[in-house]
Amino acid sequence: MTMIDLRGVRRDFLVGDQTVHALDDINLNIAAGEYVSIMGPSGSGKSTLLNLVGLLDRPNSGHYLLDGEDVTTLSDVQQAHTRNRRIGFVFQAFHLVPRLTAAENVELPLVLAAMAPQERRRRVATALQALNLSDRARHKPEQLSGGQRQRIAIARATITEPDVLLADEPTGNLDHKSGGDVIDTLEALNRRGITLIVVTHDAELGARAGRRILMCDGRIEADARTGTA
Amino acid sequence: MTGSDISRFAWTALRGYPTRTLLMLIATAIGVAAVIVLTSLGEGARRYVTDEFSSLGTNLLIVFPGRSETAGFNPTTMMGETPRDLTLDDALALTRSYSVRRIAPLNVGAADISWRNRQREVTVIGTTHEMLAIRHWELAQGDFLPATDLDLATPVCVIGGRIRSKLFGARRALGQWLRIGDRRFRVIGVMASEGRSIGVDVQETVMIPVASAQQLFNTPSLFRILVEARSRDAIQPVKRFIVDTLKARHQGEKDVTVVTQDAVLATFDRIFSALTYAVGGIAAISLMVAGILIMNVMLVAVSQRTAEIGLLKALGAAPRQIVTLIIAEAFLLSLLGATLGLLLGQATSAGIRQAFPVLPAQAPVWAVVTAVLVALTTGVLFSLLPARRAARLDPVLALSRR
Ligand SMILES: Nc1ncnc2c1ncn2[C@@H]1O[C@H](COP(=O)(O)OP(=O)(O)OP(=O)(O)O)[C@@H](O)[C@H]1O
Ligand SMILES: [Mg+2]
Repeated sequence: MTMIDLRGVRRDFLVGDQTVHALDDINLNIAAGEYVSIMGPSGSGKSTLLNLVGLLDRPNSGHYLLDGEDVTTLSDVQQAHTRNRRIGFVFQAFHLVPRLTAAENVELPLVLAAMAPQERRRRVATALQALNLSDRARHKPEQLSGGQRQRIAIARATITEPDVLLADEPTGNLDHKSGGDVIDTLEALNRRGITLIVVTHDAELGARAGRRILMCDGRIEADARTGTA
Repeated sequence: MTGSDISRFAWTALRGYPTRTLLMLIATAIGVAAVIVLTSLGEGARRYVTDEFSSLGTNLLIVFPGRSETAGFNPTTMMGETPRDLTLDDALALTRSYSVRRIAPLNVGAADISWRNRQREVTVIGTTHEMLAIRHWELAQGDFLPATDLDLATPVCVIGGRIRSKLFGARRALGQWLRIGDRRFRVIGVMASEGRSIGVDVQETVMIPVASAQQLFNTPSLFRILVEARSRDAIQPVKRFIVDTLKARHQGEKDVTVVTQDAVLATFDRIFSALTYAVGGIAAISLMVAGILIMNVMLVAVSQRTAEIGLLKALGAAPRQIVTLIIAEAFLLSLLGATLGLLLGQATSAGIRQAFPVLPAQAPVWAVVTAVLVALTTGVLFSLLPARRAARLDPVLALSRR
C-alpha cells in the first residue's frame, strides 16, 4: 500500500541570481513498512528530499500525497500536527536539547502533543528500556557517548509511534561500532513495521536496505529493490 | 502543552544560560526597585511635611498682613498704599467670637542676648501665654509667659533648651536676668526639647511678651496672629469672622490673608503627590529600558537557540507553541526580576526608614502594583518580536547549521 507518493516534485533554490534545482521532477512511491536508503554525491538533493517528505519544507511545484491525502496544501499548524503524530526525524547532529536530560528529550514530542504527564513518563520509561538506556535517563546529553545520544534521538523520534522514520546520515558523526548499533536500532524498528528512510554516504550501510535509491543532480538515478532486482 | 510544561521548559531555558538570565534579572530588578525607592522617598517627604504641619497645632488659622490675591482689581495697589499693619487691638478683636478658642499674636525678630560675658544672637519671639497651648509646646522648667493683658510689657522671658545650656551651662537659669538688646528680662521658664516644628527652632529662640517685643523692635505691628478654632467645623466660620472683623476695623479694606492649616496641608499634599508621581514615572522609564534589554536578549536567545527551535518544529511544535514558549520565558524572567526588585526596593525603603526615622519612606501601593505590572507588561510586549521571529524560523536552515 502506497504511503508516500511524490508526483512531479520540484524544489528550486535561488542562490545569488542562479537557480539551483535541488529536486528536479521527482516521482516516488514508498509503501508502508519499506526500508529505503538514499545515496548519492554531495549536493544531489538527498536532504532536500527527506525534508520535503518530513514536511519541513514545501515543494515549488508538484504534489505530495501522504496516505492518499495531499499534504502540500495543509496549513503550517496542520503540518506541525502531522509531523508530531506521523513523522520521526533523526539527524546527523543528534539535535538533543543540551539542558534537558535524556528522558526529558525523549519526552518532548509528547509534551508538545499535550499528553498527560503520567502517560508520558510511562511511555518514556518503556522506550528507554527497549533501547537499554534506562540507566541513562537522568543524564544530560553531554554525559552520553555519540551512539547513546543518537539512540536517545531515535527514542525521541519514535515516542509518538509515527508511521515514518526519516534519518539523515544518522551515523555520520559516529564511529563504526556505535554507527552499527544505531543502524541495528533503526532496522529493528523497521522490522516492527515503521517505514524507514535513511540517507547515507556509507555504501555498506546503504546496501542493507531493501530498497536503494541513488540520486544525482536532483534526480533519481537508480531505484533498486532486493528481491525484485 | 500544559501551563506547567510551558513554565518548566521556560525555567530550564533560563537556567541553561545563567549569566544572561542574571543580567536580565538585575536590569528588571533595578527598574522595579527604583520605582519603589523613589516613590517611597516622595511619599516619605509628603508624610513628613504633612505631619509637620499637623504638629503646628489643631484647627489652626494663620492671619498675616497684606492680601495674597494677585488677580483682579485691587484698590490698595491702585492707590499705591501699603497694607495696614496688624495691631494688638486687631488681635484682641479676634477673641470676640465663641468659635475662637484662643489666639496668639506673634512678633519675630533677631536680637543679641547676653548673660555675664556670654553672648549669642538668637531669634526672639514676642507672643502670649496662649501660644503654649496652641502649639502644644512643653516646658522643661519653670513657667511659660504669664496670662496678662496683651499690652503689658512684663520683663520676663522663656528660653530654648540649647540657649540655656550655652549660656548657663550647669548653673540654674531660672530667676537669672538676661540682657536682650538693651533691655533686661528675667528667665522664668525653659522650653522642653521638642522633636520638630516647622519654621521655628524652639531650642534656639527666646520668647518674651508680645508687648515687650514691640518695644524691643520698636514697632506697633504684628508678624502673625495664630487663631485656634473651637472645632474642625468652626474653621470656615472663624475664617469668615476674622476677615469680616478685620475688614471692619480697617475701613472696609480686606488687607489681610487668612490661611487655614487644612489648606496649607492640602497644598503640600498635592505638591508632594505630584512629585511622587513624577519620580515614579521617571523610574518607570528605566523599566521600559529593561524591556528593550529583554527584547535584545531574547533576540540573541532566539539566534543562539536556532537549532533548538528548528528541532521543536521538526518534533511538531506549531508556530503558536513556539511563540508561547519564548513569551513564557520572557514573562518568567520579568516575574523573577520584578519579585527581586520588589524585595530589593522594600528592603531599601526599610533601610531608609531605619537610617532616617523622621522620613516615613514607604512606597504607596499604587507604585508597587504599577512597577510590577509595567515590568511584566514590558517583558511580554518586548518579547513579541523575538517570539514571532522564532516562530517564522525556517526549520531546515535552523537544523542544518551545526
Ligand atoms: N536553503 C538552501 N538555499 C540554497 N541552496 C540550497 C539550500 N538547501 C539546499 N540547497 C542546494 O540544493 C542542493 C541539494 O542540497 P542537499 O542538502 O539536498 O544535498 P545533499 O544531497 O543532502 O548533500 P550532502 O550529501 O552534502 O548532505 C545543493 O546544491 C545545495 O547547495
Ligand atoms: Mg544532506
